[in-house]
Amino acid sequence: MNENLKKFNINSLRELGIFLAFVFILVVLMALSPNAFAKPANLINILKQASINGILATGMMFVIISGGIDLSVGSIVALSGVVAASFAHPGEFPLYVPLILAVGVGAIVGLINGAGVAYGGLPPFIITLGTMTIVRGVALIAANGQPVFNVTKEFEATAGGFVFNNIPNLVIYYVVITLILAFVLTRTVFGRRVYAVGGNEIAAKVSGINVEKIKLAVYSLSGFLAGIAGFLLASRIISGNPTSGQAYELDAIAAVVIGGVSMSGGSGKWYGTVIGALMIAIISNGLDILNVSSHFQLIIKGLIIIVAVLVDIKGKGKQ
Amino acid sequence: MNESLTSNFVLQMNDINKSFYKVKVLDSVTMQVKRGEVHALVGENGAGKSTLMKILMGIYDRDSGEIILENEKVTFQNPREAINHGISMIHQELNSVLDLDVAENIFLGREQRAIQAGSLSVVDKKDQIKQTSNLFEKMGIAINPKSLMRNLSVAQRQLVEIVKAISLSAKIVIMDEPTSAITEKEVNTLFEQIAKLKAESVAIIYISHKMDEIFKIADRITVLRDGKHICTDEAKNLDHEKLIKMMVGREIKEFYPKQTIEPGPVVLEVKDFSRKKRFRNISFTLCSGEILVMAGLVGAGRSELVESIFGVTKPDSGEVLVFGKKVKIHHPQDAIRNKMALITEDRKYTGLNLKGSVEHNITIVGLKTLSRFGIINNLKEAQSSESQIKKLNIKVFSRKNIISSLSGGNQQKVVLSKWLLTGPDIIIMDEPTRGIDVGAKRDIYVLMGELVKAGKAILMISSEIPELMGLSDRILILSEGKMTGTLEQKDFTQENIMRLASQFGVTQNE
Repeated sequence: MNENLKKFNINSLRELGIFLAFVFILVVLMALSPNAFAKPANLINILKQASINGILATGMMFVIISGGIDLSVGSIVALSGVVAASFAHPGEFPLYVPLILAVGVGAIVGLINGAGVAYGGLPPFIITLGTMTIVRGVALIAANGQPVFNVTKEFEATAGGFVFNNIPNLVIYYVVITLILAFVLTRTVFGRRVYAVGGNEIAAKVSGINVEKIKLAVYSLSGFLAGIAGFLLASRIISGNPTSGQAYELDAIAAVVIGGVSMSGGSGKWYGTVIGALMIAIISNGLDILNVSSHFQLIIKGLIIIVAVLVDIKGKGKQ
Repeated sequence: MNESLTSNFVLQMNDINKSFYKVKVLDSVTMQVKRGEVHALVGENGAGKSTLMKILMGIYDRDSGEIILENEKVTFQNPREAINHGISMIHQELNSVLDLDVAENIFLGREQRAIQAGSLSVVDKKDQIKQTSNLFEKMGIAINPKSLMRNLSVAQRQLVEIVKAISLSAKIVIMDEPTSAITEKEVNTLFEQIAKLKAESVAIIYISHKMDEIFKIADRITVLRDGKHICTDEAKNLDHEKLIKMMVGREIKEFYPKQTIEPGPVVLEVKDFSRKKRFRNISFTLCSGEILVMAGLVGAGRSELVESIFGVTKPDSGEVLVFGKKVKIHHPQDAIRNKMALITEDRKYTGLNLKGSVEHNITIVGLKTLSRFGIINNLKEAQSSESQIKKLNIKVFSRKNIISSLSGGNQQKVVLSKWLLTGPDIIIMDEPTRGIDVGAKRDIYVLMGELVKAGKAILMISSEIPELMGLSDRILILSEGKMTGTLEQKDFTQENIMRLASQFGVTQNE
């Protein structure tokens, strides 16, 4: 009896809802466009489109579960992309130099965010809004307001390449990062503490958890992943563009929220975030194929976010 | 049923059934309330009292059964409808808006309007504050209507909730554990109000675990057990023993299973602890095998003191010695390292992660011991949480259940088990039996006995005089942040405790 009850608890019903919505959209798009959308090449393309946002969303998920928010990731993408491209000119440095610098820049911004929240007592929205603006400024200054071109072939191949002939490297990076962080979230003491801090900060403190350290860590992680995303984006667009990554933080938040992570923290599942990121990619890909203008796509995306959260709230409200 | 018989009932709930996920929580429960009576609703945790009341208030839907309010069949979709029909409820877990002031909380949802233009209106704050002070004055309550709820103590917040319910001019007032956090004097104030309400033929449904109170004010009593109606009778036909027997379905021979153990060496010594405006120059020792109870009125600074000892807040001065060695405790993790545990007073606010599962709550403190290199051993975690669930008799379908679905007593057991899992030597319990039923209380008392038998030391804060006299080896009394005395077992009397507890509170000029 107990096992049956476990299966039918509210949480799994809600998760099921998100999954069903995902399948529903997939089926509708396949039915509407069987020749273009459902092709394996296109499905792989969707994964590729989802990957950079997916990496950002993974970091965002940790931050949101801990009870915070990180608005700075889009700007970090731009700055770390500029930094990466600037150190990737032919004949200068080996590939790991731009990678380490890009990731380091992201992690440092994350550390600043984390310190502001944990030790400065600043609301996450405020500190990350501030760093979002500052970092964008730094990126523009560093790149002189112009994209940084002239990068090595290796740099370009990092994101642009394929394995097994047709699977983009980007997809591999996304899958690996997701699996590692899913493990961190669900199976490690750190992951459990992130949930505990987001669920009830005071209870977490009384339970001996160093709440400040956890917060510092989640923002650093988010910045670190944004650094990776920035490096990959620069590699994909073969330049470091200081105006890239605009509104990426919103797509990342959208993916997390569509995936059922509560904005008030303390709950959420990693695979929900994966579905959220895929959903966003599928919708824009599917609508592109159906020749829906990008202006309408914005409206549809916004509606999906609202509906997803509405379903989430209604699901919680009634037992 | 005969019409003339039913007419003196203001409320009838007939054959109410309710199941959650195929588990029957109410099985044809019937409860009928007369006009102007105090009707006590008693039963253990999980007996279905709260569920029944939530169905009445329209918070839950019922599966079947009828509710008749003054000869009219009703079904409320939400609490607002119930309130509009003259039913108001004071919840056990308080629901006040902490960042509004007292008057605003009392008038929440029915603000007094100064100016009204269509659906736009301006709240008449002055009038609300005036009405609130009038209400307070009438009831003899000394709370400033302009203070923020956040700045009030739990007891004061509860009083505000009570005033709010009364001010709604209800026909039926449901009080769910209204005295679980208030002092004796405030309880008397409440009882006076209840008497006044009765005189105005308001019916009161009174949910409580405190037998003394029930027999003091109840006219009739309904007992539920495991979702079934056991008995409804005049209070005068029942007594303590009969009632407890019906509630738990077995005899409770000795309610306070006191274990007398020869106290061992001193394990905890607190020296000259002070924190501005909270407590001053507190010193005491605690031995292994001892239960030391800290008594005092609400606001005496007891919770603040143990929080500082445990490193939740920083004291201004003072030192802590564990096993004779001076230790620095700046954060709860330092306290945990020194084998201390703190079961806090407010399980919702400081004890539990209500969004987490039972298992995750149980293992959060001891997680390090269930993991290697920061990776949790799932098997070990499952075994530990299952064994704690069994050991503390926590009623739960699965360890994966969300903690907020458990009753108060079972939640409290989860708080206890998460600390016991770390194998502490010094266990601080702040009102560990507040708002829980007799069965769970008894379980906790037995557990405390086992702990001291195993050589653990317990420092308990309690405001229930029978409980603290029945369990403690020594009583330490605080009043207004100062230690006013220590009582040895031979001096345990209610008078002694009350005299020391109110030493500063009553005669402030001394």
